[in-house]
Amino acid sequence: MFTFLLKRLGLVLPTFLGITILVFSLIRLLPGDPVEALSGERGMTPERYQRLLHEFGLDRPLAVQYGEYVWKALHGDLGLSTITHEPVFHEFIARFPATIELSVCAMLLALLIGLPAGIIAAVKRNTVWDYSVMGASLTGFSMPIFWWGLLLILMFSVWLGWTPVSGRIAIEYDIAPVTGFMLIDSLLASDTGAFKSALSHLILPSIALGTIPLAVIARMTRSSMLEVLREDYVRTARAKGASTVRVIGIHALRNALIPVVTTAGLQVGTLLAGAILTETIFSWPGIGKWLVEAIGRRDYPAVQGGILLSATTIIVVNLVVDMLYGVINPRIRHT
Amino acid sequence: MNIRKRSHHLTLTTIAATALLGFASAAFAAKTLVYCSEGSPEGFNPQYYTTGTTFDAVSVPMFNRLVEFETGTTNIVPGLAESYSASPDGLAYTFKLRKGVKFHSSAKFTPTRDFNADDVLFSFNRMMDPNHPFAKTQAGTTYAYFDDMDMKNIVERVEKVDPLTVRFVLKKPEAPFIANMAMDFASILSAEYAEKMKAAGNVETFDREPIGTGPFSFVSYQKDAVVRYKANDHYWGGRPKIDNLVFAITTDASVRYAKLKAGECHVMAFPKPADVALMKNDPAINLISQQGLNVGYIAFNVEKKPFDNKLVRQALNMAVNKKAILDAVFQGAGQPAKNPIPPTLWSYNDKVADYPYDAAKAKALLAQAGYPNGTEVELWYLPVTRPYNPDGKRMAELIQADWEKIGVKAKLITFEWGEYRKRSKTGEQHVMMFGWSGDNGDPDNFFVPLLGCSAVKGGGNVSRWCHKDFEDLVQKAKTVTKQAERAALYEKAQVIAHEEAPWIPIAHSVRFDPVRKEVIGYKMDATAHHYFDKVDLADKK
Repeated sequence: MFTFLLKRLGLVLPTFLGITILVFSLIRLLPGDPVEALSGERGMTPERYQRLLHEFGLDRPLAVQYGEYVWKALHGDLGLSTITHEPVFHEFIARFPATIELSVCAMLLALLIGLPAGIIAAVKRNTVWDYSVMGASLTGFSMPIFWWGLLLILMFSVWLGWTPVSGRIAIEYDIAPVTGFMLIDSLLASDTGAFKSALSHLILPSIALGTIPLAVIARMTRSSMLEVLREDYVRTARAKGASTVRVIGIHALRNALIPVVTTAGLQVGTLLAGAILTETIFSWPGIGKWLVEAIGRRDYPAVQGGILLSATTIIVVNLVVDMLYGVINPRIRHT
Repeated sequence: MNIRKRSHHLTLTTIAATALLGFASAAFAAKTLVYCSEGSPEGFNPQYYTTGTTFDAVSVPMFNRLVEFETGTTNIVPGLAESYSASPDGLAYTFKLRKGVKFHSSAKFTPTRDFNADDVLFSFNRMMDPNHPFAKTQAGTTYAYFDDMDMKNIVERVEKVDPLTVRFVLKKPEAPFIANMAMDFASILSAEYAEKMKAAGNVETFDREPIGTGPFSFVSYQKDAVVRYKANDHYWGGRPKIDNLVFAITTDASVRYAKLKAGECHVMAFPKPADVALMKNDPAINLISQQGLNVGYIAFNVEKKPFDNKLVRQALNMAVNKKAILDAVFQGAGQPAKNPIPPTLWSYNDKVADYPYDAAKAKALLAQAGYPNGTEVELWYLPVTRPYNPDGKRMAELIQADWEKIGVKAKLITFEWGEYRKRSKTGEQHVMMFGWSGDNGDPDNFFVPLLGCSAVKGGGNVSRWCHKDFEDLVQKAKTVTKQAERAALYEKAQVIAHEEAPWIPIAHSVRFDPVRKEVIGYKMDATAHHYFDKVDLADKK
């Protein structure tokens, strides 16, 4: 286990280096720069342009800029946002809990609905159940998040009035951030009204964000279950008279879960990418919305830092997922 | 969880009603107005930034200027100065300050004295003097708008005459100076607050937790989500009628509209042009409109052939069907332009007769200019929606079709927005679509940055047109302090701009602020800010 961990960590370093190079160069390949983005219709004199460029350290050779960026990043300094002039790390940390809260809820939704749906589709193969689940998941997977989110808002918030349109909590609740997770903070403030409000604000964005992972998980569960159900030990279990629930729930599901866990782990990337759109639509104050703004205004340090930290999250989650295999199936041991 | 009950509250706007449902805490038995704003403020010091989004959240609710714009117009009215006077040579402006104006208090700061001349000196000196102890309190900040308005080359020094009198000594006569003083960057900050925070070793607090004299004081900011303010009980202009003001940051315009419909906000910023027709028929919404302080135009680069020829420029003016553009692109939410400034601005010359839409005459002019068979041009169009132009591409296509009729083939070109602006300053453009939103309601703020000779070098004058007579008039208008005299000069300048035709002025757009019916007394602002100090909320039964 320990050597496995070491090996995996060894791979992480080059990955990080690759990410920094990629982000550093991609953002600079975009036309415009942070200074240009500040100027608007007004002309900026070349002298002032140069002065600001110098102030942001952008007048130096790219290699020097990159070297300094990596060196500082290694020391935990991701620089200052060119828009707010605050440390990128602070900006990220202030928003990250909102994204995690939303992603976790979306993932829970995807698992709670996706797993049973996939199992039902597999057990009732080629029935109307199977077709409905597969049809729905194909639709869900193909749904553009932006359109889906707006549709949800129009239906449930504007027409039916069941859910709030956007935001994290109704404005009458001013909950001071402690953990940054609104559900937890409202409980800490022992304000049930605030908790309910926070929960109701989570419903629509979780659905919008969770739809694609849900579809993927349902489909993966179904195909994985189908394969396992054909195995000899399942037939044996049935033959010895085990109940259907036991056969499916214990014998089959546990073995079918491995690819599902892998898929679910990979969905973390999908979630963070989807968060960009979901957060923009639902005015969710997370890192997705923040990054969109930063890209639009060519806030180089924010984009670089934000993506680096997001990538770290994805890498860590996938590492944890790899470790989980052994827990689910003791036959898999990392050496 | 009772969702239905929750959403019920959201549609109720007065907190009194919310209280009936057994929900509100004591602090909320008050009138709270929610404004769906379009973005997060960049920061909370009005001197550092240039965007309307930040001004709406910072300088408008929490600060005052020595002089201010009357809401809804660009008239200058007294602010923290009760009166001002200019010296006969136009080189000194003396401001008599208002007595007894209180700065806000917060958990970290309680003012021990009223507003006085020291605050004015502090606010301006830190922007003017790089060696001022508070010139740089935060890394990376600049006094961008102060620089943009060229204040460094306008103001020589600020003097304290007595505790309630200050004098601005100018380097040159500059009539638009007084309009600059009403702009957001000229907000007055508390010198005492700065000193105290510095002494306490957290000078960043000075920038992050604003203390002003404005109608609302700062409560809290949750990044990208909510800014909260409460009414300033001691406001010199009279306490606001609402008790709390909340900015719900909602970047997507469609979602802002959904929130307005659902009653989650009372006023929304910047509706999508496509939604305006729906809003007009919405029984819950009052759609307020106002002529924008802006102009959308097509600029000919007069340094390039064939646009060096006045006749060509006039011909291309005549060939464009502005009415069709206003119908198709602005969908009626605009008015055709004939001058570089909008009609809402003083000195607008209504006697200028626009070029008639006349293809035959245009063709004749073109032949007279030596292009009987027409010519080929490159037309740059805006890649993004701007306040003065909802759809650059559509506009370009219409113009292309119009010019085709007189034999002028236009190739449509565009770039990414930042790139577009960058290239516009190099002078490589042929014909280019652009526009401008006024900063301060002084005509100088249109003529000089857009058509002045120095702006050719600065890049703001994208037609690169530098005309001696025009330049003399607009420069002279800077040195005269009487508005009537200045207006006469600008009126003459507009005649020249029309005759020389460096532009095709296309339109002045109309802006819309959708507000819910229960909002009382909301007035739109001329410079596209959003003011809530005079607004009230009706009880909704």
